[in-house]
Order: sequence, then structure tokens, then C-alpha cells
Amino acid sequence: MENLFVNLEASLNRFLTATLPGSLPNLAMALASVVVILLFVLTNVVWLVYMERKVAAYMQDRLGPNRVGPRGLLQTVADVLKLLGKEDIVPVAADKWVFKIAAVTVLIPTIMLFAVIPFGNNLISIDLNIGVFYFVAISSTATISFLMAGWASNNKYSLLGGMRVVAQMIAYEIPLVFSLLGVVMLAGSLKMSDIVAAQKDVWFIVLQPVAFLIYFIAGTAELNRGPFDLPEAEQELIAGPFTEYSGFRYAMFFLAEYGNMVAISALAVTLFLGGPSGPWLPSWMWFVIKVYVMIFLFMWLKWTLPRIRLDHMMQFNWKFLLPLSLANILLTGIAIKLF
Amino acid sequence: MVSPVVFWVVAVLLVAAALAMVLARNIVHSALFLIVSFIGYAVLYLFLEADFLAAVQVLVYAGAVSILLVFAVMLTRRGNMQESNLFNNYKVTGALIAAVLFLLIGNMVLNTSWAISSIAAPESTVGPLAELLLGKFVVPFEVAAILLLVAMVGAIIVARGVKDSK
Repeated sequence: MENLFVNLEASLNRFLTATLPGSLPNLAMALASVVVILLFVLTNVVWLVYMERKVAAYMQDRLGPNRVGPRGLLQTVADVLKLLGKEDIVPVAADKWVFKIAAVTVLIPTIMLFAVIPFGNNLISIDLNIGVFYFVAISSTATISFLMAGWASNNKYSLLGGMRVVAQMIAYEIPLVFSLLGVVMLAGSLKMSDIVAAQKDVWFIVLQPVAFLIYFIAGTAELNRGPFDLPEAEQELIAGPFTEYSGFRYAMFFLAEYGNMVAISALAVTLFLGGPSGPWLPSWMWFVIKVYVMIFLFMWLKWTLPRIRLDHMMQFNWKFLLPLSLANILLTGIAIKLF
Repeated sequence: MVSPVVFWVVAVLLVAAALAMVLARNIVHSALFLIVSFIGYAVLYLFLEADFLAAVQVLVYAGAVSILLVFAVMLTRRGNMQESNLFNNYKVTGALIAAVLFLLIGNMVLNTSWAISSIAAPESTVGPLAELLLGKFVVPFEVAAILLLVAMVGAIIVARGVKDSK
């Protein structure tokens, strides 16, 4: 069981080298990783939409979807089919090219993030030397698609939402990166496999509890999830940057949003929760379990707290979270020097 | 080793994006083309096996262009978007200066010997870079940091405005 996926990969590699000439097998293997990551993201998103609705329902003392399929399990499938059948509307006054491109580019960083995530022992697409930094760099580009969508829609609610996305994501990116620095200092490497190996005895959440909290809060803000869902704030902005989108293009934003949640949770698992290690069960199963614990925490937070006010959101970041993350780095440095 | 075909595809795309950035009439489109060309540079760095530099390029430049976009949106929301990236009438003067600059750079490119180093690329570039920045070049590094801090403080003071001293 432990080596199920590693063996699958090895046999696929052997098959491809035997059938394809030259450097084509390497290319095909790279493509195969992309396909596997896409499948992983898509299946998780379908499940997460259902899970979110169920979690929300139980927290509000309701039952949630329970009509389509056993226990409402096929609800998301029905929703996706409905979305695909909708008319594809592009507003007349919209900037058509930017409007259409934004719905495609929004998913690119999401998929690219998973390239450096260790899904299990020896289950990582590319173990880059600068793994953590790669993750940060790629996730910083996610902002652009939201702003493109908000601007190109030519709708005041969309534009306001797009501006809020930029204000929030740029601001909270800084404490997020600084909280990762504490872990990187302890592990002495940016490589994902080294960071996982450094947590063999003690998980970094024990040594870096403040960093984990900062990461969790800033991560929620990066995902634009409640209580930081100002960019989409339904009661004031309809749906923020996605107001004018319909059908499959709207689904792309939905996909990217939940995909990002999986990616941020996966990074938290890798950096703070010991990565894919654990007793008895195979490593990839531990990885999925830990990721879902993180995702449940995100959902719990969203359905418990009311939306934060815009000025509070800014003040909390610049006057509290940022100094705290800097102090954490300083203390970590002193501690490393002392012990 | 990267195939020359891949390099040329990226190079042509990069130059096309850079040209489109200058020539676009809509300033938001210009900023978006700027992102494409920044990512093109990052790919060129990857070809040179400078993975850290490529990631920095994406994080600092491509990621931060969204701020630039916000400014573009704030400055040009009024009026006709088609005319937001204005061209002036100094066609002859502009062409002259551009030609002189082109000749200068072309001359420099032709006169450089472009020696290809036979030393293998270092395994990791992050560690050596950090050691250089915080060791040999620590004084210029810190001066740059102070300069940025001063700029930030200045920006905050300008944004807040000075209170009337009554």
C-alpha cells in the first residue's frame, strides 16, 4: 500500500521508455504528473463543495443537501452539470479579451502550486531546491486574475471587489511569507523534502505555534474566505469580481478558489504538521487526512465568525500580524543561536 | 541544455509582449502585457539555470504588477479607456533618440566577446547569494534597506498630509 503510487509511476515510466523514442518519455512523464495533479484537484473540489455545504448546514442546525443521490452525495455533480448547461454570457460593455482570459489564467497558479507538494514519501512532482519560495512566488500571481476579472467586467461591484482582492491579498501575503521563514530557518532549507525530513521527531507546529497561527490567519485572507471574504461580500458586492461571470467561466473561479484552499492546506501540512508522515497508515493517506483536518479548520472558521470590516482588516494586518511575524523571526533566530 | 527552438519561441513571445506593452492604446492592456514579458524574463532565467532569480522575478515583478494595475485603474477610470495610454507628437525627435540608443546598444552587443563559461552551474544558488549579501556586500545591502525604509516613511507622510500647526 505504501508504495502504491510510487510503483504505478515506475511502471508507467518503464512502459513509456519502452514504447517512446528519445527524450519523449520524460516529456510524457511530466505531462502525466500534470494530469494526475489536475485529477487530484478536480476530485477534491467536487467533494469540497459538498463538504462545505454539509459543514455549514450542521453548524447552522440544518441538514444540508440530502436529495440527490445517497445523503445528497451527487448534489455537486448535478450542480456542475447545471453550470455547464448555462448560457455563456459576456457583457456588451466588458473588455472581452481580458474578461475571457481572466477565467482561464485564474486556474494556472493553482495547478502550478501542486508541483512542489509532497503527496507522500517519494511522491513529489519536482523537489525544487527553492520549493517554499517557488510556492510563494507562484501564489503571488493569483491576484492578477481576480483584478483582471474585476476590471474587465466593467461593473462597479466587480471593480470594487477586484480592488479589495488586491488590497487584501498583497497585504496578507507579507505575514504569510514571514511565518514560513521561521520554519525555513529551523529546517535550514527551502527544499520540501528537507523540511519534511527535519520534522521526523517534532512537528514544527510545536516549535513554531505563533508562526502556524499567523500562517492560518493570513492563509484565510489569501483564500478570500470568511471572515476575510470582503472581496466577494454577497450582501454588498453581489459576488465581487465574479458578478458578471456565468456558466463554465464562473465554474473556473469556483475551481480555483477551492483548489487554492487545498494548496494552502497542503503547504500547512508540509511545513507545520510533519508532512505525509505518520504511523500504521500509508504516507499518502496520512497526507490526505491531515489536509482535510486543515480544510475543516478553514470551514469551521468561515461558518463561525462574521465578516471583518474593511478598515479592521487592514489595521489587523499592518499593526498586529506583521509586527508579530517579525518578532517571531527575531525570536526564532535568537533561539537557534542559543540552542 | 535547452533546445534552441524553445528559446526562440520564448524570445519571440517576449519581444512581441514588450512591443505590445508600448504600443497598446489601453493602459490596463499595457500593464497586462508587462506581466507577460516579466514572466518571459523568468523563463529566460530558468534557461540559465538561475531558478532562484526566476522565482524572484515572478514574485517581485509579475506579482507586484497588480499594484501598478490598480493605479492605472484609479487614474483612468474616467473618460475613454481607448485613449488612456497617450502618444505625443514628437515623432521625429523620438525616432532620432531611439535610433541613437539602438546604435549605442547594438554597438555594445557586437563588441562584447560573449565568452561561454565552462564552469558548471552551482547546485544551489540561494545559500551563496545569501552569504554574499550578508557578508561581503553587507554595507550596500543595508544602505539599500535604509533607502527603502526612508521612501516608505516618506510615502506615508505624503499620504497622511501634514497637520496644520495652529
